[in-house]
Amino acid sequence: MNDSILQPAPKPIEELDSVVVRFAGDSGDGMQLAGSQLTSTSALAGNDVATFPDFPAEIRAPKGTLAGVSGFQVHFASRDIYTPGDTVDILVAMNPAALAENLRFLRPHGTLIVDEDAFDAKGLKLAHAASNPLEDDSLDEFEVIRVPLTRLTREAVEGPGVGRKLASRCRNFFAMGLVYWLCGRDPEPTLRWVRKRFHDRQEVLDADVKALHAGWNFGETTEALARSYHVPPAALEPGEYRNITGNQALAAGLIAAAELSGKLLFYGSYPITPASDILHELARHKRFGVRTFQAEDEIAAVTSAIGAAYGGAMGVTASSGPGIALKTEAMGLAVMLELPLLVLSVQRGGPSTGLPTKPEQSDLLQVMFGRSGEAPLPVLAASGPTDCFDIVVEAWRIATRLMTPVVVLSDAFVANGAEPWRIPDVESLKPIEVRHPNGNGDATPFQPYARDEWLARPWALPGTPGLMHRVGSLEKQDLTGNVSYDPDNHDHMVRLRARKVANAVNLIPDLEVTGPERGKLLVLSWGGTLGVCRQAVERVRADGGTVAHAHLRHLNPLPANTGEVLARYERVLVPELNLGQLATLLRARYLVDVVSLGKVRGRPFRVKDVTSVVEEMLA
Amino acid sequence: MQARTAELTADDFASSQEIRWCPGCGDFSILAQMKKVLPEVGVAPENLVFVSGIGCSSRFPYYLNTYGVHGIHGRAPAVATGLKTVRPDLQVWVITGDGDALSIGGNHLMHAMRRNVNIKILLFNNRIYGLTKGQYSPTSLPGHVTRSTPYGSVDAPLHPLSIALGSEATFVARAVDTHTKHLGAVLRRAAAHRGTALVEIYQNCNVYNDGAFEYAKDVKLRSDTLVELEHGQPLVFGRNRDRGIRLNGLAPEVVALGNGTDTSDLMVHDEAAAEPTLATLLARMRHPALPEAIGVLRAVERPTFDALANAQVEAAQAREGKGKLADLLRAGETWTVG
Repeated sequence: MNDSILQPAPKPIEELDSVVVRFAGDSGDGMQLAGSQLTSTSALAGNDVATFPDFPAEIRAPKGTLAGVSGFQVHFASRDIYTPGDTVDILVAMNPAALAENLRFLRPHGTLIVDEDAFDAKGLKLAHAASNPLEDDSLDEFEVIRVPLTRLTREAVEGPGVGRKLASRCRNFFAMGLVYWLCGRDPEPTLRWVRKRFHDRQEVLDADVKALHAGWNFGETTEALARSYHVPPAALEPGEYRNITGNQALAAGLIAAAELSGKLLFYGSYPITPASDILHELARHKRFGVRTFQAEDEIAAVTSAIGAAYGGAMGVTASSGPGIALKTEAMGLAVMLELPLLVLSVQRGGPSTGLPTKPEQSDLLQVMFGRSGEAPLPVLAASGPTDCFDIVVEAWRIATRLMTPVVVLSDAFVANGAEPWRIPDVESLKPIEVRHPNGNGDATPFQPYARDEWLARPWALPGTPGLMHRVGSLEKQDLTGNVSYDPDNHDHMVRLRARKVANAVNLIPDLEVTGPERGKLLVLSWGGTLGVCRQAVERVRADGGTVAHAHLRHLNPLPANTGEVLARYERVLVPELNLGQLATLLRARYLVDVVSLGKVRGRPFRVKDVTSVVEEMLA
Repeated sequence: MQARTAELTADDFASSQEIRWCPGCGDFSILAQMKKVLPEVGVAPENLVFVSGIGCSSRFPYYLNTYGVHGIHGRAPAVATGLKTVRPDLQVWVITGDGDALSIGGNHLMHAMRRNVNIKILLFNNRIYGLTKGQYSPTSLPGHVTRSTPYGSVDAPLHPLSIALGSEATFVARAVDTHTKHLGAVLRRAAAHRGTALVEIYQNCNVYNDGAFEYAKDVKLRSDTLVELEHGQPLVFGRNRDRGIRLNGLAPEVVALGNGTDTSDLMVHDEAAAEPTLATLLARMRHPALPEAIGVLRAVERPTFDALANAQVEAAQAREGKGKLADLLRAGETWTVG
């Protein structure tokens, strides 16, 4: 060691308005933890954050292979950001496979931190690398920081009681420490997390803390890094904030909706990626009266929720495309029974098992039409992680007001992504009024299919004297609910149920437009593509382009003014992570020749995917 | 509740709906017994829910003046599980058939029983699909010629009670549609059981599979073809009660009483046995090799799913206090802007 390392001169700090970091390593390297910790500490520093956990469906593919690479991208900024970033400023590659899979995301002249110890003959072979990228010219356009990360971590943490295995499991903490130093992040929130998580395993706690410090100190002392960065806090709206993922927000929203409506929450679910985290989250919250039921299959998950709804509870089920396919018959039953029910669909790449961990928006038409008979139901889509909270509350409001099942769409990107959430004031949440008839003294026979001004039938609960009635999957006679095969009655009932769902248009707000009120081009987004479309439109406008943007949270029914809005623009661009499903609906409904921008690459859109098409259309 | 139901009669449980089963169907007899038993069960009509799937038997709820859900094919146990979990105050019955319960709904049946959801499942077994007009079912016998098996069925049939016992059901019984007094007694026992009660009812489909259980229904034959189980009693049967069932190793066999053989040599029925081994032997005794067992094969106590699930919530609330929404929303680290 020379003196300059022992007495480092303070390095300059460069101020940036945003940084994108991507941790990439083996599935067992703790990259998801590293990413989520960087997210938390950045959010606590007052930055706006957006994340993109990108991991394989296999739990632990063979160590060091391309199939086993797991990544977590974090974007933090001193301004409002809507996406996890098209390109990466700082890439951490824990092994050659991670480098091979992720180098394409790193921007030219971006910083590449590699664990050079992992670039041995075995590691290179597993990554199918023809030569060692650290030794050829393939990385010339990047700022490469070679770190003997495995060795340094080991040296930092090894000692009595700490074996090589534990030592090598702390490599992610070394990498975190180094990135924290480089990005000027406060390690304290992560240290607090470690102390809490491993309070009963002192040796693990000590090793993680030591590794984190060692990584930080390496950044401060290495001559390879000439400066660090500082990203000042963003000007977020005043309030109390926390970080939240889409699935956490869905769970919190369900509990809130149950409380606002005075209902017991019954959640019937079968494990499926990427929806399982909702079940995990809800199962922890028994003290809120939540009944979670891990059913024997997807069909039992939804039918048990229907049974709970018949009993007067808030019945909810969730899944992803393949599971929703199994639930469709029961969703038709809920349409027929006219019971309130929430069906959450966290979309992933399809068809069939498809891409279990990757986002796609290709189940829109499935939930719109994937049932036998004329079986319309309201469909809503969450625009991002924090919107998941609001949208389930709204969905339950609609379900109870109209006595209908409601679908809420999310996707793997929204579900796993995190962003800062301004915590709502519980007092400000509007109660959800739910009524149940009581049977006191009414001599006339109870009519379970009589309707109120919204065409909703009464939610009469078992246990109420005088209201005994039977509901069922066969066509109902109007008013009495008795089985009826009468042609006029069937025609009447089919139209009645459709009209009821169409009436939901009166419960949802109009479509809002940003940018010019009329003109050349409108970008129309839905669901999880809000962020990227917003960012793209803002970028085009900053470059002098004139483009309007509107976003749909309600897919069925569509907002009342949708057709009128579309007609005000010469062209309408609909970016979606499918081959044009919303575009198909819009064309059919409004006879507007919308332009579809569809991508199905198992990844969210990049901003430039949208800007390039917008610029072309404006040219 | 008791006082009110005591004044009720079978007619009070009849709904206004015209019954649409074929004349002569065994379902009429089961419905009549149910209406007769319900006033004695001690549950007010508004606290009763009948849940069914699809099939002839699944129309049952429409004909009772209680609450009812006629669902979709095979899923009644799952509907009932959700209902019973959120409404343990209700008495929930599931009405199903051999196709509904054992074919399309086999999974739900199995899991309801292993969870011991406090519901009563009546499985009307007629060894045929009736509502779809006569295809063979999972309980049809080998060689059965039906519209879908014109050359005879090559499937091996399921024994419904073996499924029940294998699924850890806590109450397993068998009855015959027209053996009304016995059927009524079994229904009463099922109603009183805490946990999943599975009752197989031999039911005649006089249109598509007439006579499938004639040996068990015919009053002249049945005392020789059935053995009526009684807890703690030896297995004796026969018109003159002169025969019994003896265990030869693990195989039940028929023995004549007298000539040095008496009831002390016979199998003694123990419905409360901890292991379902003997019940399984009884469930699998098949005509014509052996008389078939009717009555309660197994009745044991085990905590119910609905009680456990709700106790877990109550325990969490007692331990940690009822959840406050504001605390939930603030979970984890928070920070303040402005």
